[in-house]
Amino acid sequence: MDAIDRRIVNALQGGFPVCERPFAAVAEGLGLDEAGLIARLKALVERGILSRFGPLYAAEGLGGAVTLAAMAVPEERFEAVAAQVNAHVEVAHNYARNHRLNMWFVLATEDRAGIAATLAEIARETGIPVLNMPRLAEYRIGLRLEA
Amino acid sequence: MDATDRRIVAATQAGLPLVAEPYHAVAEAVGLPVAEVMERMRRMLAAGAIRRIGAVPNHYALGYRANGMAVWDVDDARVDALGARIAQLGLASHCYSRPRHPPDWPYNLFTMVHGRDRAEAERGVEAIAAVLGDAVRARDVLFSTRILKKTGLRLGREG
Repeated sequence: MDAIDRRIVNALQGGFPVCERPFAAVAEGLGLDEAGLIARLKALVERGILSRFGPLYAAEGLGGAVTLAAMAVPEERFEAVAAQVNAHVEVAHNYARNHRLNMWFVLATEDRAGIAATLAEIARETGIPVLNMPRLAEYRIGLRLEA
Repeated sequence: MDATDRRIVAATQAGLPLVAEPYHAVAEAVGLPVAEVMERMRRMLAAGAIRRIGAVPNHYALGYRANGMAVWDVDDARVDALGARIAQLGLASHCYSRPRHPPDWPYNLFTMVHGRDRAEAERGVEAIAAVLGDAVRARDVLFSTRILKKTGLRLGREG
């Protein structure tokens, strides 16, 4: 990643326009031309520096529901329970964390009833209580990771 | 959000086509006039259904390998003001209030902090702690030790 790639990653984490030739519209400000910017973005996605380039959708804004859930999984059952949890397509992310509550996952479903049903099913399959921690409020941040 | 919006979501949630006229390419893929695709996407942006459009960086690939979920127990009456203040500091990538589950889980304010290593993430946590000051009744930080699954949100499945 060179200085131009860093400039692209830092400058284009939001505000990409909806217009006929959006890459041309933002290329000049980055000291590039349209084709050069597109080629750089393709390379950044191919190399995995960007997970993608495009719209970031808010699940709730789409009429769907999202929650964060946590479980205290006994160490000897950890892999088996991870497999049971991950088998649900509603589970988008799942992280191991260093706490007694050692498994934290994000669920996304079409509606709120789907959240309750999926969490109940995971609790029943694993025999482990699932703590439901939906957002009560979000304090809005424009995520700007410095490259 | 109607069925047509959901077709646009399904066609773009993995990314825009990296071509000179990306919205034309989306319009062709979903079988709509380009003007309608752009109008609907502008409306979803204004309504917050689209948070932003642009580069979605991979934390790990940028060298941000430590991911700490710093959690705080603060007075419910103050959580919104404190959360809004923390969000403005640029120290956390996400900031939410969530329900407590006492006695196991007394925390109601969640902040995600990233660093190139744990020490850098911990400095971010301390900077947040300094701003929260005596509002903090209890705190903890949970580092991720392993990614067990990461597929991202995939909505509009029926679309």
